[in-house]
Amino acid sequence: MADGGFPGQTPSQTVGPFFAYGLVPGQYGYPLPDPVGADLTGSDVAGPRIWLTGRVLDADGAPVDDALVEIWQADADGRLPTRAGLGGGNRPGFRGFGRCGTGTDPESRFVFRTVKPGAVAAGAAPHVSLVVFARGLLNHLFTRVYFADEAAANAADPVLAQVPADRRETLTAERQETPDGAVYRHDIRLQGPGETVFFDL
Amino acid sequence: MSVGRFSARDWDSHPPLIAPDYKSTRQRGPGQPLVPLDGDLPEAAGPSFDAGTIDAVQADLTANARVNAEPIGERIVVAGRVLDEAGRGVPHTLVEVWQANAAGRYVHTRDQHDAPLDPNFLGAGHALTDADGRYAFRTIKPGAYPWGNHPNAWRPNHIHVSVIGPALATRLVTQMYFPGDPLLDADPIFLATPRAARPRLIAQFDWSLTEPGIALGYRFDVVLRGRDRTPPDAGHADG
Repeated sequence: MADGGFPGQTPSQTVGPFFAYGLVPGQYGYPLPDPVGADLTGSDVAGPRIWLTGRVLDADGAPVDDALVEIWQADADGRLPTRAGLGGGNRPGFRGFGRCGTGTDPESRFVFRTVKPGAVAAGAAPHVSLVVFARGLLNHLFTRVYFADEAAANAADPVLAQVPADRRETLTAERQETPDGAVYRHDIRLQGPGETVFFDL
Repeated sequence: MSVGRFSARDWDSHPPLIAPDYKSTRQRGPGQPLVPLDGDLPEAAGPSFDAGTIDAVQADLTANARVNAEPIGERIVVAGRVLDEAGRGVPHTLVEVWQANAAGRYVHTRDQHDAPLDPNFLGAGHALTDADGRYAFRTIKPGAYPWGNHPNAWRPNHIHVSVIGPALATRLVTQMYFPGDPLLDADPIFLATPRAARPRLIAQFDWSLTEPGIALGYRFDVVLRGRDRTPPDAGHADG
């Protein structure tokens, strides 16, 4: 029992292999409305559009095709959506939250359409927060994606400063210009050489 | 670590990242320690949802995929509250559930267990908690099913439960089990959970939730991270 006699935190359990029809039914073609999707943009959302895509890799470097990735980010001006204002609830605007499974892309990628976020505070570098779920993950994993073309901001970011210097590059996505627009490619390595930094937050 | 007003993830309550008896964790659980972060971070905020975006039928899994008949199996009510660690309700947050059908078969196309699908049952739904953090689903009691983790491995009856909570930091995906299930003592996923915390994963049979003549009731409360330990009977507003 925790303080005050109430039960403590409910333990995490794995999302398992069959989450798709519950959490991302539209993406996988199941007949249930999607509360959350992979496209965070709408005609009323301002800012430069980007793609954020990558694979989730296991200890052998094999793509995990039954992972779920969620993202949370500020808008292009660095504002986080709140219930009271920007994009909260069903109001128009930027909701800042998206979800994509890795089981529908031929390369087992997650593919998000979003805007490039602004910095949430002075001294912070623009970033997207990620949550990774999969069969074999008893707890979801918190990580972040920073942008390689923001080198000066990244060098000053207080969170990156808490990451061992030789592991910071696991949190940085390179920008590629493509006919479909700017793409940030970011693979997440769950275990082994080049293992992505995951946070206890 | 504490983030904003949220207490740390309590690692005496959550399973480890690698639990070798659950084979999939061996290749997928991170080998490096998690990097601690605390402070006032964007992860202390999170998405919000309004009731207008959620159709109430999605809380009734016996109805939301019905084609021409009632789904097969034992109807049950699963209800409870989403709470913080001080026992206060978490209002208006998204609760999502998915499960096998009464025969132990998932709708997911990759589930190849040789048990029948039910054309009138999808096995997934969602709802928002009310102003006091309450939620309620009506569904069919899920069946057990075999899996490949070890010889003669069977998952206990369970319902997957996903809760967003007030912040990204409070995000939780868990599984709800049923009281008295003999398979729990042999399930490496359930057993990966620290012993003292395992009872929190098991719903309680509850006459007060039972709908006479229709469905038996099970109570399952979900406790998310939350630092403010003010007792709920002190009557403070959230915050």
